[in-house]
Amino acid sequence: MSDIRPFNSQDMSLQPPALTLDYRSSRLRAPSHKLLSLEHGPGELTGPTFGHDVIGPNDHDLIINYAAPGAAAIGEQIMVHGHLLDENARPVPQVLLEFWQANAGGRYRHKKDGYLAPLDPNFGGCGRTLTDEKGYFSFRTVRPGPYPWPNGGNDWRPAHIHFSCFGQGWAQRLITQMYFEGDPHIPLCPIVQTIADPQAIDRLTALLDMAHTVPMEFRAFRFDIVLRGRTSTRFENKLEGN
Amino acid sequence: MSCLQSASQTAGPYVHIGCTPSVAGLKDMYGGYDLGADIFPPNVPGRRIVIVGQVFDGTGDPVLDAMLEFWQADSNGRYGANGPSGGWARRAVDADAGRYRLETILPAATGEEAAHVKVWVVARGINLGLHTRIYFEDEPQGQDPILASIKDPSRRSSLIAQRSGGDGYIFNIHLQGEKETVFMNV
Ligand SMILES: [Fe+2]
Repeated sequence: MSDIRPFNSQDMSLQPPALTLDYRSSRLRAPSHKLLSLEHGPGELTGPTFGHDVIGPNDHDLIINYAAPGAAAIGEQIMVHGHLLDENARPVPQVLLEFWQANAGGRYRHKKDGYLAPLDPNFGGCGRTLTDEKGYFSFRTVRPGPYPWPNGGNDWRPAHIHFSCFGQGWAQRLITQMYFEGDPHIPLCPIVQTIADPQAIDRLTALLDMAHTVPMEFRAFRFDIVLRGRTSTRFENKLEGN
Repeated sequence: MSCLQSASQTAGPYVHIGCTPSVAGLKDMYGGYDLGADIFPPNVPGRRIVIVGQVFDGTGDPVLDAMLEFWQADSNGRYGANGPSGGWARRAVDADAGRYRLETILPAATGEEAAHVKVWVVARGINLGLHTRIYFEDEPQGQDPILASIKDPSRRSSLIAQRSGGDGYIFNIHLQGEKETVFMNV
């Protein structure tokens, strides 16, 4: 049986507020009313699941999953890996993670991205995987380039990979971004700085992991993600179960 | 041992590359099939309905880069009972007018909760994904705790899809402004 305890509430002290003036796009897209609180019902405690049947063998290898046969994406080859956990430090196994990113020059394969860095014909920029039974994941890619973006000034995004994470319930759904240790753009970026807590920013910053770096092949970066955990009280309508 | 939850960051303007790559122009990625294109298996029992709408910003301009996800019960009020991802769908809004279209079945009520479809909205400029719900104007709303807790009728109506001929419903999402949709801290 699946676990039916409610999830902890969102910790708003760790999350960015909706309206963040320095990130201009939020100005007309931030709701002005307070969010309405909600008790978790059966639909918040459950969510879609995905099996290995929907994942292709190269889906987690962005170096080759869009490349011509025998070809590879251009850029610094890296492996990104880590654990998907909840706040109770329990692994979140068998859930879908999706990634997307710019290429090594900082250009997205998207018709609205007009940055002058060239597209790489062998790089699509997306990938996906399921966490294993211990909540562990890994994927191969090229390190994305920083890129400029319109925000009213001379704004450059730090190199980053976007992550979409499913958990075991709808309430755990999360989209976030991974940054790279030592990137001087992190403290300058209005999107990163929507997060007030510097330690929360550090937790979105992947660390160089020499222990998993393969000599003469690729460098490894470690990135753990933490979803909301479950409370210790069971969902009241289902007390008869166990 | 405990850990602190990871902070959200905006999905940005290119979320479609990662989540609906064939819409983003990556035609052959993942065999050309975007996850969540079909909400239920084709033979699932229930009344067929079509929900359409647009996403708008605070000035009333359409939001052209949003991604919506939907999660709903089936016609027996069960979640997750129709295959692994049955009841879940995802849509990129279109690049011309921020429109979406969801062909689904009418969900049944579950306990006190009236029939509804859960919606999650992400886009450039949204720092933390926004949760809302689509209720139906011609379905009983009874003691639904969310609707009952909204005292202002115009706010409450932001959660109710209007019937529009045949099997259609219209549900627009206003991120900000006079018609602002009610969003929830799920
Ligand atoms: Fe980005």
